[in-house]
Amino acid sequence: MNTRSTHEPIIRMQNIEKHFGSVIALAGVSIEVYPGECHCLLGDNGAGKSTFIKTMSGVHKPTNGEILFGGRPMNFESPRDAMDAGIATVHQHLAMIPLMSVSRNFFMGNEPVKKVLGFNLFDHDYANKITMEEMRKMGINLRGPDQAVGTLSGGERQTVAIARAVHFGAKVLILDEPTSALGVRQTANVLATIDKVRKQDIAVVFITHNVRHAMAVGDRFTVLNRGQTLGTAQRGQITPEELQDMMAGGQEMVALEGSLGGTV
Amino acid sequence: MVDTAQTDERIKEISPLRKALIRPELGGIVGTIAVFVLFLLFASDSGMFASQGVLNWSLVSAQFMIIAVGACLLMIAGEFDLSVGSMIGFAGMMVAVFGVVLGWPMWLTILTTFAICMAIGALNGWIVVKTGLPSFIVTLAFLFILRGFTIFIPQTIERKTIIGGIRDAAEGDWLAPIFGGKIGQPLFQWLGDIGVIDVFERGSRAGQPVVDGVPMLIVWAIALVIFGHILLTKTRFGNWIFASGGDAEAARNSGVPVNRVKILMFVFTAFCATVFATCQVMEFGSAGADRGLLKEFEAIIAVVIGGALLTGGYGSVLGAALGALIFGVVQQGLFFAGVESSLFRVFLGIILLAAVILNTYIRRIITGER
Ligand SMILES: Nc1ncnc2c1ncn2[C@@H]1O[C@H](COP(=O)(O)OP(=O)(O)OP(=O)(O)O)[C@@H](O)[C@H]1O
Ligand SMILES: [Mg+2]
Repeated sequence: MNTRSTHEPIIRMQNIEKHFGSVIALAGVSIEVYPGECHCLLGDNGAGKSTFIKTMSGVHKPTNGEILFGGRPMNFESPRDAMDAGIATVHQHLAMIPLMSVSRNFFMGNEPVKKVLGFNLFDHDYANKITMEEMRKMGINLRGPDQAVGTLSGGERQTVAIARAVHFGAKVLILDEPTSALGVRQTANVLATIDKVRKQDIAVVFITHNVRHAMAVGDRFTVLNRGQTLGTAQRGQITPEELQDMMAGGQEMVALEGSLGGTV
Repeated sequence: MVDTAQTDERIKEISPLRKALIRPELGGIVGTIAVFVLFLLFASDSGMFASQGVLNWSLVSAQFMIIAVGACLLMIAGEFDLSVGSMIGFAGMMVAVFGVVLGWPMWLTILTTFAICMAIGALNGWIVVKTGLPSFIVTLAFLFILRGFTIFIPQTIERKTIIGGIRDAAEGDWLAPIFGGKIGQPLFQWLGDIGVIDVFERGSRAGQPVVDGVPMLIVWAIALVIFGHILLTKTRFGNWIFASGGDAEAARNSGVPVNRVKILMFVFTAFCATVFATCQVMEFGSAGADRGLLKEFEAIIAVVIGGALLTGGYGSVLGAALGALIFGVVQQGLFFAGVESSLFRVFLGIILLAAVILNTYIRRIITGER
């Protein structure tokens, strides 16, 4: 696992700032992610985690700062650019369209085509087959690939989004709170999938509020607080308790934990 | 990884019949059947189903279809175009101004008109996409702007609001027959000869069939419906149309070029309006400043009867085509049946309401909306 230090980071974010009008959502965040590592991003609500990964996936252009992808400066004009570079994202708000079928959602923006009489047509058979396969791998049996996403439960939708990102994330897989709505079995599946993907030398950025999930798969942990990095820790250099305290901004947590009888 | 069973015991068997029925076009299919049964029962001896009657309501339906295809794809992409009717008037007037007043060759006239109108469509779309304003407002502005120009231009240069002489100007042109011509004359002559369709008994056209070909207007309608249907359901661009209208933000985050899709659909709607206008001025031989009035609403009604969702992301081109057919058959059928023409609106209102209720019910089954 420590072989990563011998090779180049696939993506290096340097002093990323993002301002929304007068709101400073990110005030200079730097991290690097190596192929084959799971980099956990932790922090309180509103810390800027989602905003940060959105600059990584081409949704937001950073106000300041530099993104190096595979060692070269990269300017993502749109999510399309990031996707073409091999970065796939599961957004916190999923980016699923309820009115459309599961397989249409699965391949949205990445539709497979086949040539019929010289025309490029959407290859529905292939799309349906892959969708069913990928969903089965995640432990979900769909009624059919033409089922509308609106008829799925919240967790099932989340699983579709994850399966989609895993399928298309050739180099970097970004997961923004992917397990927030999942059951025990599906969560275990997602964590196992992260582990599997990492072994294929893909870089994983994993956002979660659950320290146990982070500890289960993370190689390194970066904690954000109010738009800034509190620091990055290696696996084994930090205990779950220390991490939990950092995520909550330190001291207050000790007091809270006391009043709740150590159950948090 | 956890193993799961191959079949799911929580799914009820759905009968193939029910599965075949539950589709976005169902409202349009039921409506079409109802309308035809009704007129076959009450107007079968009125000439409505003789060859000339069929041509009559087919032409009217085809007109609705041409603009409904554009409105349908645009609505699924999440936008409206209220300037369609004004665009029809404007495009017709452009043909008259370039072809008759300025005396340009008809092919150049037609191509220029298409270029101008599609550019206006693109402008509509560009403003909507860039400002984020509802397309309802932006295209409402163009409804007035285009209608204003359509009245102002002929009044200023010719001191009248109708310009004729288009048929003479189109005489011998190579492009004009694509809009004003007919196809299949030999077939119809043969059908007349063997007595399938009526032939003229007397006069200069004695022996010729009363319907001597399929007007290009109908060919355009069918071609546009097929094109729109394939584009929407069988191409990746079609998936982008659904996605753009379903949730623009989610589509964008998934890499769909939402702005391009929307602008292109505005351009396509303008294209359809211009096809309508060009066919119409070729048929009438003149352009009038009041042409196309209220057509935007008729197009939207046909699309909604056809099962599309007003808020976008859901719909069917075949459904919209059926909606247009219902519209045309009812309008002309009531005329054939000798029913007071004001009742057309009553009829239309009832059909609209019934179709939308049925469509909403079906859509909820398909999409799990609550
Ligand atoms: N589009 C926007 N416009 C204005 N402010 C924004 C926008 N997006 C995010 N912010 C602000 O930036 C800050 C960081 O938000 P962000 O969504 O990145 O937090 P987060 O760390 O993902 O939180 P959570 O754990 O709740 O998901 C918040 O204060 C939020 O209000
Ligand atoms: Mg977030």
